[in-house]
Amino acid sequence: MPGPSPVVALDGICKAFGPLLANDHVCFDLLPCEIHGLLGENGAGKTTLMNILYGLHRPDAGRIVLWGEEKRVESPRMAIALGIGMVHQHFLQIPTLSVLDNVVLGLPNPHEPWMDRRGARRRLAETAKTYGLQVDPEAHIWQLSIGDRQRVEILKALYRQARVLILDEPTSVLTPQEARELFAALRLFVQKGLSVIFITHNLEEAIATTDRVTVMRDGRAVATLPTTATSKAELARLMVGREVLFRLQQRTDREVAGEPVLRVERLSVMGDRGTLAVRDVSFEVRSGEIVGVAGVDGNGQSELVHALTGLRPCAAGRFWIGTAEGTHASPRAILAQGVGHIPGDLDEALIGELTVAENLALDVHYTPVLSRRGIVDREQMRRRARELIRRYDIRVPSEDTKVKALSGGNKQKVVVARELARQPKLLIAAHPTRGVDIGAEEHIRNLLLEGRKAGMAILLVSTKLDEILSLSDRILVIEKGRIMGEMQRQEADVDKIGLLMAGSEG
Amino acid sequence: MTMAGAGKPIKAAGTGRVSDLRPVGVLSTLAIVAVAFALGALLILAIGGSPWQAYRALVVAAFGSANGFAETMVKACPLLLAGLGVTVAYRARFWNIGAEGQIYAGGIAAALAGIYLGWLPAALQMPLALVAGVVGGALWGLGPGFLRARLKVNEVITTLMLTYIVVEVSSYLVHGPLRDPTSGITISPQLARAAWLTIVLPRTRFHLGIILALVMAPLLYLALNKTVLGFQIRAVGENPRAARVAGISVERTIILAAVLSGALAGLAGAAEVCGVQHRLVEAFSPGYGYLAIAVALLGGLEPLPVVFSAVLFAALLNGADAMQRAAAVPVPVIYVIEGLVILFVAARSLKRGVGL
Amino acid sequence: MIRQILSVAFLTGFLAATLRMATPILIASLGEMVAERSGVMNLGIEGILILGAFASFAVAYRTGSLWLGLAAGSLAGAFLGLTMAVLSVRYGANQIVAGLGIWVFCQGLASFMNRRLFGVTATRPTVTSLEAVRLPLVGALPVLGDTVFNQNVIVYLSLLAVPILALFFRATSWGLQLDAVGENPRAADAAGVNVSLVRYLAVTAGGVMAGLAGAYLPIGLYGLYTDDLTTGLGWMAIAVVVFGRWRPGWILGGALVFGAAEALQFRLQALQFPLPYQFLLMVPFVVTLLVVILFVRGEQGPAALTHPYRRSES
Repeated sequence: MPGPSPVVALDGICKAFGPLLANDHVCFDLLPCEIHGLLGENGAGKTTLMNILYGLHRPDAGRIVLWGEEKRVESPRMAIALGIGMVHQHFLQIPTLSVLDNVVLGLPNPHEPWMDRRGARRRLAETAKTYGLQVDPEAHIWQLSIGDRQRVEILKALYRQARVLILDEPTSVLTPQEARELFAALRLFVQKGLSVIFITHNLEEAIATTDRVTVMRDGRAVATLPTTATSKAELARLMVGREVLFRLQQRTDREVAGEPVLRVERLSVMGDRGTLAVRDVSFEVRSGEIVGVAGVDGNGQSELVHALTGLRPCAAGRFWIGTAEGTHASPRAILAQGVGHIPGDLDEALIGELTVAENLALDVHYTPVLSRRGIVDREQMRRRARELIRRYDIRVPSEDTKVKALSGGNKQKVVVARELARQPKLLIAAHPTRGVDIGAEEHIRNLLLEGRKAGMAILLVSTKLDEILSLSDRILVIEKGRIMGEMQRQEADVDKIGLLMAGSEG
Repeated sequence: MTMAGAGKPIKAAGTGRVSDLRPVGVLSTLAIVAVAFALGALLILAIGGSPWQAYRALVVAAFGSANGFAETMVKACPLLLAGLGVTVAYRARFWNIGAEGQIYAGGIAAALAGIYLGWLPAALQMPLALVAGVVGGALWGLGPGFLRARLKVNEVITTLMLTYIVVEVSSYLVHGPLRDPTSGITISPQLARAAWLTIVLPRTRFHLGIILALVMAPLLYLALNKTVLGFQIRAVGENPRAARVAGISVERTIILAAVLSGALAGLAGAAEVCGVQHRLVEAFSPGYGYLAIAVALLGGLEPLPVVFSAVLFAALLNGADAMQRAAAVPVPVIYVIEGLVILFVAARSLKRGVGL
Repeated sequence: MIRQILSVAFLTGFLAATLRMATPILIASLGEMVAERSGVMNLGIEGILILGAFASFAVAYRTGSLWLGLAAGSLAGAFLGLTMAVLSVRYGANQIVAGLGIWVFCQGLASFMNRRLFGVTATRPTVTSLEAVRLPLVGALPVLGDTVFNQNVIVYLSLLAVPILALFFRATSWGLQLDAVGENPRAADAAGVNVSLVRYLAVTAGGVMAGLAGAYLPIGLYGLYTDDLTTGLGWMAIAVVVFGRWRPGWILGGALVFGAAEALQFRLQALQFPLPYQFLLMVPFVVTLLVVILFVRGEQGPAALTHPYRRSES
């Protein structure tokens, strides 16, 4: 029995970036009025495939068939004209301009080149009403919350009469409640005749929201299944290609945590927009324990981490590392107190043009470990690097390779190796497994657990809830700069944390 | 790249990437020089001259005789020292355009020392004059370095304005307080004899400063690659954010790089005044400081290649007069070639498929 | 001396000169503003000013037509702006170095051609400068009539450029696209804006204006050409763009401040102000320095300024 013909059909798409084969003969189709999930790990090729559909890349081989007709999508402009809209993971907005200007940017005007803002405002209000989205057209983007900004991104596509909507990891920046609102909105869109492609690496979401799901792995589409006909375990197996066990690490070892190593008292930190990003936060981290900070990106975690590592000034409050006050200390002074810092952003952690050995020595090159009277002992630096490469299983041709040549996972390993090598008494780890494949992820998590066993105090900031849940002894939930709640790992569960992350006292 | 969650605008901690200027291949460097000279040849042809005659005269004057070669090295001295100074600054991502001014500051300081400190023991004179030059140049680099490090003031403008200012100061000095009453033209009195840099090759102007400059190049190489400060300069220049996270004081590093850069250029000025003119003359630098930028860039911001680059540009300067005499080609053609070299170096980081 | 300075004659003359001297800075700054708002910093405008000045002088001298001279200067500016655009957009070059290269190249070329065409002569070749045109009605006003409304055509045009550019950015889609490209080229690209084309046009336009500003110097101001005619005006223009926070109205203010500094310096020299002339010559540079130091806090300009845009896998 012939079903409805696909709205979008990608046939045999190939795309290579240098030696990396991002898409390998991928076939994908989208039926009308369905929500189709595109599931895979980081680097599986999902975003590349959708970028090709959206005209950001040209495929090396393969066809794109839209509504039955073969098309060459040469640019986003063309994709939009053909009815395809995309909401990217990193919003493509101009912060200094208004919502209205962002929405109409690039669109032709009746009285070219004069802008018809009044007419645009009217049309935007209509579109917002039809699809149930609320925005203030005159607000400037930098004033909006993340959820609002995402709504603007979606409106951009709808305003341009998209019939196909592609969303790239939309929930990575939303609270569980906001995510639920998004899914409800998607259901409404589908009722109004849209078809939706939903890129994610999150199994729960894929199961909960999609009609069909396509799993990609290493650039290939390994399976396309109706969601009701599959299970989390099967999808995970397809994603990773091997059996993955869902056991949260049940640790029966019940070590008693020691003395507080980090004490934070009523700390407030100013954000970039002139408002407080961290408000009146107090907590402590003891030796031999992992304290996890759960929260959606953008709620003050990075400002908190930067304040605790001396990279951002504290507006109010104080904090101590051991007995030494760190409130106004420089990064160097804080590091000297025995603090390790894994920055959330690789750009802040490594210097691409320097070698692996130099990067591994970035924080100690000026200490007696490697230098005397201003001269660096390069041989010692390289010896130390070789040892660390071995111990932390960093895949690299030699310690003299420039760090920019390494893969994301190995770069992260370099950072972790560097920080742990100094055996800090306090480790502040922000998103330590971001952008890292499953194998390295486990390795890094085990390293953190080993550190904990050896008595390290660890402050873990992560957006991956399963990571927080499996590693932390205690969990703090941060929302809009405040600690909304604190709980032991036994009491914690996703829903409770989700509520706290969304601001309710739960 | 803006992270979806963060919402901060892209913040540039200092503009311009250093790594773009440093794929140093001998082949690409030779190609740049060749094309620049070729275009210069076109220009000469366009005005009816003979490039062959012009360039031949250039090469013969610069290298054809012992004296010619010595003169080339005399001009290479300030180019090399200032070029090394520019190299240090640029490696730290501190775009020092004011080497010319730092040369003047050093020259003025050295002249003042040589003229007024003549009563000190003879053995002290020369080192003192050179040290004065170093200090003068260092001070002229300190201001912009501090302003950039602490207040994020664009160093291109500050170093340049200080250059224009110090050139006027120099003019004022030789027209006024430092004017030699016995001479008809506006120049300063002579420096004390003991402050003059010794001539190393008899019957030429090849002076001690040249040796000093040649020694500075490997010293700077060692400093950049083996010392803590050098490490920090390289780190800060490539990625100031990561450097800061690792505990390096970005501000201190930039200031030190600026001071070091100024000091080297100041030494260049002192070497000129003590080694060549033995007086403060009104416009004693024919743009050495600006040429030094081309020298450093052509050398890929590496101290050792900068030596060759300096000799090349010195040959250009030296032979320019001969070129004008022999082939009636106006001297400024070498500045055209210099500009082309800089442009080609800027485009050297050809990344296929960029933009359009 | 003080009485001389505070007399009406001096002040009127001073104001008129301020406007005349501010004009090249205004034109060059407005052009640089357009380029920078699209994300490209063109540090070569000092060089474009020099070459524009020479081109306009040479053409005006040979043909006798001042307007041809102005056209020649603008054309030179267009060519150089295009060069800068190619380097920055197509090759993603380090914009600071590229600008430097253009400056040095222009200095060399102008000096070279000057020597070749005019040699070193006893008397300098000159051209008659543009005549002042007294505007009807407003030209009869007391002080303003003599100063603001009795200037040459280029001055009027440059003043008009201020509201025109303000309107361009606020009310046209082209202006919106240009700003978008300068703030977040990736977003603009995704919205269908041709980032490269916009930058090419913006930087070339900036070059044309710098060329016109340079052309104005021998034709509208000095009547002759020397190698150091521009005396750092291009650098002052860059400082004015920062001072003016990339907005036309404020840039006009900044240009007037610099024009005043230049005018003052000349007038004080003429009055034999008791300060060595070298210190008077320093005044505009000191002013530039102070402007850049005092007005640099906070605003850093378009977010993507000096960052080349490459469309690539993120």
